This record gives sequence, C-alpha cells and structure tokens, in this order.
Amino acid sequence: MLGLYSMMAKNNLMKKLIGMNIFQWAIILYFISIGAKRGAQIPIVAQTHSHGQEIALHATDYINPLPHVLMLTAIVVGVATTGIALALLVILYKRYGTLEEDEIIEALKK
Amino acid sequence: MIIEQLPALIIVTPLILSLVVSVAGLWERRLCFPLVVGALTACLVCAIGILAVVMRRGEPIHYFFGGWHPPWGIEYTIDYLNALVLVGVAVISLLVTIYAKRAIEREIPDTKHPQFYTLLLLHITGLFGITATGDMFNLYVLLEVASFSAYAIIALGEQGAAFAAFRYVIFGTIGACAYLLGTGYFYILTGSLNMADLTHLLPHSFYSKALLVGFAFFIVGIGIKMGIFPLHIWLPDAYTFAPSAVSALLAPLFTKVGAYVIIRIMFTVFDPSFAIGLYPVTDVLGWIAAIGILFACMMALAQSDFKRMLCYVLVAEMGYVIIGIASANRFGLTGAILHIINDMFMMACLFTVSGAIFYQTGTRNIYRFRSLHRTMPIIFALFIVGALSVVGIPPLCGFFSKWYLILGAIQAKQWGLVVVMLLSSLLMAILFFRVIEIAYFAPPTDQVHTPHKHGNTGTVMGSVPLSMVIPMILIGIGIVLLGIFSGVIIKHIIAFAIPSTL
Repeated sequence: MLGLYSMMAKNNLMKKLIGMNIFQWAIILYFISIGAKRGAQIPIVAQTHSHGQEIALHATDYINPLPHVLMLTAIVVGVATTGIALALLVILYKRYGTLEEDEIIEALKK
Repeated sequence: MIIEQLPALIIVTPLILSLVVSVAGLWERRLCFPLVVGALTACLVCAIGILAVVMRRGEPIHYFFGGWHPPWGIEYTIDYLNALVLVGVAVISLLVTIYAKRAIEREIPDTKHPQFYTLLLLHITGLFGITATGDMFNLYVLLEVASFSAYAIIALGEQGAAFAAFRYVIFGTIGACAYLLGTGYFYILTGSLNMADLTHLLPHSFYSKALLVGFAFFIVGIGIKMGIFPLHIWLPDAYTFAPSAVSALLAPLFTKVGAYVIIRIMFTVFDPSFAIGLYPVTDVLGWIAAIGILFACMMALAQSDFKRMLCYVLVAEMGYVIIGIASANRFGLTGAILHIINDMFMMACLFTVSGAIFYQTGTRNIYRFRSLHRTMPIIFALFIVGALSVVGIPPLCGFFSKWYLILGAIQAKQWGLVVVMLLSSLLMAILFFRVIEIAYFAPPTDQVHTPHKHGNTGTVMGSVPLSMVIPMILIGIGIVLLGIFSGVIIKHIIAFAIPSTL
C-alpha cells in the first residue's frame, strides 16, 4: 500500500519507481509467507528408504517450496521491470534534464 | 510425431529466433528481417496445424512440458477458443511485420533495427504463450514477457514516447502485480495453479470472501493490461507515441489477448454460475463497459490526431467485448469471441492505414488529410473498409459480431446495453465520416501550404512502398472474408468454444 501511495502521489519519477518496487517486493514476501508452516523443516527429503522399507512422508513436516520457486521467477521479472524503467528514466533525464513529472509534461507541451 | 509438439513449437520458435536475430543483427543487419518473417511463417503454420488438429479431434490438445503431468508440471491446453485466437495472432503478426519493414526504416535509426526485431519477436512469443498456456503462473510470466517487450518497443518512438512508456511501465506493473496477487489468493484456497485443476477445486470455496477478493484483483490486473475503460489511461499516450508499425502490432493484439484471458478465467476456470449467480460481476462489468464505450467515443470525437482517435476507438471496441462477456449467454459470448478476431483485423487495418498516411505525408492531423484520397486512393479505400466495419455495415465483419453482441444483450434483458451499443455505432459513424469527408470532399486549399508547414522534417516523403500496401490489402480482404464466412466460423469453431453450461 505504501508503494501504491507513492506511485500515485509522488511527483518525482524516481520515487514512483521506488514505490513500484516496494509494491512488488511486498507481493513477493506475501507469497513466501504462504509457504511457511509452524514447526516444519526445510523441504529436503533426507531419507526415503531405511532398511529397504519406505518411510511415509508427511507434507506437514516440510514447508511448501512451490511459492518460493514461483517467487524466484517473480524476482527476475521485478528486476527486469526495474531495469527497463531505469533505462527509460535515463533517456528522459538526458532529453529533458529533469525527473519531475510536471516539468516533463510542460516540456512536452512546447 | 511433430503434430504432438506443435503447442511447444509455436512458443519456442519465436523465442529462440529472437535470440538468433539479436546476435545475427550484430553481424549483418539485413539478415534480421528474413529471419523474423521465417519465424512468424513457421508460427502461422503451427497455429493453423493446431486449429486443424483441434477441429479433427474435437477435443483439447494437452501438452505437458518436460513430461511432468499437471498439477505438478506446466501444461499447455489448447481448445477451440485458444486455437482460434492463436491463428488470429499469427496472421496479424506476420502481416504487420512485413508491413513494418519499410515503416520502421523511416521512423527508427538503422542501428536499432536488430533490437526492434528482437523485441517484436519476444512480444509475439509472449502473446502466443498467454494464449496457449493452461497454467496461471505461467500466464503471469508470459504476460510480463509480452509487456516488457512492449514497454521497450514503445520507447523507440518519437519525442514523448519515453515518458509515455514510463507511465505504461508503472501502470503495467500495477496490473501485473494485481494479477499475481489474485493468483496468490487462488493458490492459497486450492493449492493448485493449473487451470483445469482449479476448475474442479474452486467450486468448493465459491462462498469464500477471499476468492472474491482474488477475483477482483485478477479482473483489475487484466483490465489494466487490456485497457478497459477506467483503467485505460496509459493506452492512448503509449500507442500514439509508439512507432506506427509498433502500434499497428500492439493495438490489435495485446488488448485482444487480454480479453481472451478474461473469457478463459471467467468461463473456464470459474464456473459461469460464480460470476453470474453468486455475485453481480457481469452486471457491474457491463455497465462499466457501457460508460466506457460512450466516454471513449466522446473522447475520440474530440481528437484531431488520427492515431489518438483510433486509440480511443480501440478502448470503445474493448468495451464491446466486455459487454459480450457481461451478457453471459451463448449469443453474447459468441459475439465477444467473434469480436476478438474481427477487431484484430479491423484495428490492424486502421492502424496500418494511419501508419501509411504518416509515411507518405508526415502528418497525423485529421485536418491535413484534405483530398488525400487523390494521392493515395488504395490506402483510403482500405480505410473506408476498416471504418465501415467498425461502424458495422453488413457485408463486413464488424456487423456480425455486433449483431451477436446485441442479440446477447437482448437475451440477457439488458436494454440499456442495447441502447448504448446502437448509440455508439452512430457516434462511430460520425467519427469516421468526419475523416472521410475531409479526405474525400474537402477542397485541397491547404495543399500548397502543407509542405511548408511540415518542411521541418526536411525530407520529401515518398509514396507508400508496395511491401506496406500488400499486407494492408490482405488485411482488408481478411475483413471482408471474415464477414462473409462468419457463419462458418461460428458454426464450426466458436460454437464449441463456449462452455456447455451456458
């Protein structure tokens, strides 16, 4: 929400970008928190066979790794977004010499 | 068998070729274009092959990536609905790419051509992927692939493009995040991300508030991406400032694929009873779409920039698709699906026309179009085909989809929506006849001054080359053919694409 606020309210484009990042990371943290389970261990199966007998695995003993894996992808996506946005900001700054939104709009109208 | 691999090939071909193109571009710039056209032709063959297979078998194709079966692996599911959209995307992207070759030579510096083609292919990869996938998270990733390339490719445009693209980044990211959050809610409730799996699991939690919140996030997310009315603010800027070939590609395809995603989620993943019976989702969507259509038509009337006007027309067209979805009966949904395909052709036609006019005259101002039909008769004939189709004149395709949409709204007893659709058709007629009047009947008084006014570009604008005109003519023929054969398409494809519960 903090991120969303700064995206809407801030005039400086850099601050908007930072707001966007906060928003994204918040969602990533939200996903990671899904996977957590009380009293569970890391999702590595140490031993499935002992003395030729299979040991039953309980899903509740392990935290859910899937959200974490998904978020690895989402982090990559987030980094790429930031990269593109920063590149655009560089272009904007070179062209207009400012990153304040209203000043750029003024310059565009001319 | 190669047939079995088609759903993967259609994604992998443009993805790999985009890497090849970016490397080949360093070595020899002229190689890029043939490579891209080759890749897209291959995609078109794949898409038609997929449609043929689906029609022959009469059941969806399932493709499991890496042999992992769902719900663990990523599955690509292709039924009548996506097969049809895939073919539409493939045809339009191939034609527009051929058109793009000469258009970008004028608008983008030579050194950036390889990057342009790379981004173009990546974007198309994303579109194919969004359409073909059967996995919610995979859809998110491909949505972002398509969006990133769209951001970058728009920024290649003229003066204001970088700023428009930045705003698009901000909005697009909010949309993507909202979609991701919605997916998160679904995942918590069901523990699955596979669409077919969700179809079975979701009804257990239909009364949960969390599902409703997730659904709302989801609609808002996709709504931003496809530019439906209150969320369309980024769209006119971004598409107006983009290079003309780019807007001719993005405008028809990206928004339509978004509309496809909404249909897929509302009617396949969710039971129709959720969106209609349990919560008044369709009513709300219908009225928002109705307001949006009227608003967009008004805004379009106020524009003097031709391309900007088309952007607002596009927003209105998306409103039509949403109305079809909101009617939520067989007629309405037939109309919506038919309109997705038709609108790809109509918008491609209009945006390529705007690009061609810009190519020849260097202007997009409607009031400078005086008597242009004398110098570019074919282009304006195509413009009339596209415009009349959007207005909805019988032999052209726009009429048939509007016909079904209106039938759907009548059947749903949404009389307000019927009135809005008829009214907006009139508004569109006014809109386009204004341009037609200027182009055909206004005396060419300005003609002597125009070159001076626009002399600052410094170049004499040549006539539109054949490699741009031929794809445009093909799109125009496509509009007429889609209109004539719309009955066949509905009977053999769309009729099976609609969920049987409706």
